[in-house]
Amino acid sequence: MAYRNINVYQYLRHEKKFPLIWCAGCGNGIVLGSIIRALHTLGLPKDQVVMVSGIGCSGRTSTYVDVNTLHTTHGRALAFATGVKLARPELTVLVVMGDGDALAIGGNHFIHAARRNIDMTAFVYNNNIYGMTGGQMSPTTPQGKIATTAPFGNIEQSFDVMRLAEAAGATFAARGTVFDTDRLDELVELAIRKNGFSVLEILSPCPTIYGRHNKLGSAVDMLRHLDEDTVSLDEAENIADAIKSGKIPTGVFVDIDRPEFCESYAALVKKAQGK
Amino acid sequence: MEPQLLMGNEACVEGAIVAGITFYAGYPITPSNEIGEIMSRRLPRLGRTFIQMEDEIASMAAVIGASIAGAKAMTATSGPGFSLMQENIGFAAMAEVPCVVVNVMRGGPSTGLPTLPSQGDVQQARWGTHGDHPIIVLTPSSVREAFDLTIKAVNFSEQYRTPVIMLMDEVIGHLREKVVLPQPESIDIINRARPTCPPEWYRPFEDNKSGVPLMAAFGDGYRYHITGLTHDEMGFPTTKPCEVDAAINRLFKKIRQGFDEIMLCETFLTDDATCVIVAYGSVARTAKSVVLQLRTAGKKAGLLKLQTLWPFPRRAIEGLPQSVKELYVPEMNMGQIYREVLRVNQGRRTVRKISKVDGELITPQEMVQVVA
Ligand SMILES: Cc1ncc(C[n+]2csc(CCOP(=O)(O)OP(=O)(O)O)c2C)c(N)n1
Ligand code: SF4
Repeated sequence: MAYRNINVYQYLRHEKKFPLIWCAGCGNGIVLGSIIRALHTLGLPKDQVVMVSGIGCSGRTSTYVDVNTLHTTHGRALAFATGVKLARPELTVLVVMGDGDALAIGGNHFIHAARRNIDMTAFVYNNNIYGMTGGQMSPTTPQGKIATTAPFGNIEQSFDVMRLAEAAGATFAARGTVFDTDRLDELVELAIRKNGFSVLEILSPCPTIYGRHNKLGSAVDMLRHLDEDTVSLDEAENIADAIKSGKIPTGVFVDIDRPEFCESYAALVKKAQGK
Repeated sequence: MEPQLLMGNEACVEGAIVAGITFYAGYPITPSNEIGEIMSRRLPRLGRTFIQMEDEIASMAAVIGASIAGAKAMTATSGPGFSLMQENIGFAAMAEVPCVVVNVMRGGPSTGLPTLPSQGDVQQARWGTHGDHPIIVLTPSSVREAFDLTIKAVNFSEQYRTPVIMLMDEVIGHLREKVVLPQPESIDIINRARPTCPPEWYRPFEDNKSGVPLMAAFGDGYRYHITGLTHDEMGFPTTKPCEVDAAINRLFKKIRQGFDEIMLCETFLTDDATCVIVAYGSVARTAKSVVLQLRTAGKKAGLLKLQTLWPFPRRAIEGLPQSVKELYVPEMNMGQIYREVLRVNQGRRTVRKISKVDGELITPQEMVQVVA
C-alpha cells in the first residue's frame, strides 16, 4: 500500500513534531492514518479543515496534522468546535476525543452536540481506559476489568457509544476498529461526508496500560483480540444477532437525515431579517 | 442620537453590537439574563450568531472557538456560571484568544443571593483560573458606562489578545437611566492585528514590540496549532525552561506595556481633598453624593472612581495629591479592593474599609458615618 503512505506524509507536520508521544503499539497512530487518508480521498483542502481535540493521549492527534488545529481543554472539544463551526460554517470540522474526554467529563457536550445536529465529525478513540493519566477507569471500561482506580475490577456498567449517540440525536453513528483499517478508512470517509453530527467510535488498543493491567498480551495480541471480539454488522443478520454472539458489533449503526444546525440558523437569520 | 431609557444589561448589548461582536454564546442565569435574551433578538437580525449552550463551560468554549475562527465573541453570566467558565478563561489567556466575559455580580458564595447586588467576584475575576496569568477587568458605574466599557472591553481584548472581564454589579445591570448614546461613527473600534505575510513565514506566537502576536483566523490559509499547553513561538507544546519562561513573561509584558492605556479612572474633587473615597460600580454613585454632602459640611472630600480593576490602577492611588491623608474603600464585599489599596498605599495614608455583604446597598448615611 505504498501510495497510501505518500498521501499520509503530505498531511503531517514534519518540523519538530516527531517522534509521536504515543507508545509503540498504540492504536492512536492507526486512527490518525485513517483520518488522513480520508481527507485525501475526499479531496478536502487542508486550509478548509479544522481539527479540534480534547486532552488525553488521543487529544495529541491534532499536534501532528497539517491542518488548522486546536488542542482544547479536557472534555470540551465539541463545545470549542461548535464555536468554530458556527463562526465559519464552510470549514470541515473534525473533533478528536478519548473515551473519558468525550463521554465522562465531556458527556454533556456530546449529547448536546448530537441533539443540535451540528455538522462535524466526532471521533471517539475508545481504548477502554484513561491513557494519559495512567490507567484509571473510564465510562467505557467493561465490567470486571482492572484499572488503577478499579483494582478489584470495575463494577460500573459501561456506555454503549452507538446507542448513546443514536438516542441523543446523532445523524450518523458508526464503530470501527484499528484492526480493520480498510473498513475504518471507509467509515471515516462516510462520517466526514455526512452533513450533520457524526459519531465514529474507534476501538483502539492501549497495550501499555489497559493491556498490561488486564493481561491482554502484546500490542499484536491486542490487535488480534480486536478481530476476534468484533463482528461486522454487514456479516451479522442484524444488530441483535451480533450482540447475542457476545461480540462487539462494528459498522454503521445510524444514518438518518435531519436539519443541520448551521443551515437552520441561516434560515433563522433570513426569517429574522424578514427576507 | 436621541435620548433613550436603557437598562445596564441592554446598554451592554448595544455596546457589544457597536464594538462589532459577531458571536454570542451563553447560558441563562440571573441577573444577566437580559443580555442573552436581547442578543438572541438582535444578533440574527444583523446576520450575526447567537447560541444558547448547554452550560457555561460550553459557552466559554464556544466563544473561544468562534474567536479563533475570526469572530468577535462574548458571553455573559453571573457568579456560579463565572466559576464554571474559569478553566476556559485560562485557556483564552494562555492561547491569547480575544473574548469578553460579562459577569453581572450577585451575592455569593455558591447560589448565594441570585437577585441581590454584590461586588464579591473582584478577586475571582483576577485569580479565578489557575496559574499565573494577566487579565483585564473593567467595571461600569452607570448605564452609559456599561455601554462605553463594553466597547472598551471588546477593543482591549482585540488589541491585547486577551480575555477581558466586565464586572457589573446587579444594580448597574438592572438600573434604568436616560442615556444619549454616541454616534457609532464617532466610536473607535479596534480589530486584532492579522498577519499579511506568506503563510510559510507566519510564526503565530512570535514576540514583537507590542508583545501581541499577529492572529490569523482558522480558514484564512495560515494553518497553525493552538493549545492550552505552554507552547513555543510556533504554537507547539514545549517544556524547555527558556521557551516556557519567554512565553509566560510575554503574556505579562503585553499587558504591562499597555498599562497607561488600560488604566481607566475618574477623579472628582480630589485636587484639594484631605480624604478620598476609592469606589467602583454602583457604590461609586453613592460615594459621589457622599462627597458632595461632606463638602457642604466643610470636609474636603474627593472621589476616585475605578473603571479598571485589573491590572490594579496603582498609579491612580499613588498620584493622588499630597493633601490626601485618608482613603476610604466602600465595597459590597469583605474588602477585596481595600486589600489592593492597602498594598499599594505602603503605609503612607490611613486606609479604611466600609464593607457590606447583606445584599443591600451601602447607604450614604453609612458612608458618611465612617468618613465624617
Ligand atoms: C479538567 C481536567 N480534569 C482532569 C484532567 C486530567 N486528565 C488528562 S487526560 C485525562 C483522561 C484521559 O483519558 P481519555 O479521555 O480516555 O483519553 P486517552 O488518554 O485514553 O486517549 C484526564 C482525566 C484534565 N486535564 N483536566
Ligand atoms: S498510554 Fe495507551 S493510549 Fe496512551 S499512548 Fe500509550 S498505548 Fe496509547
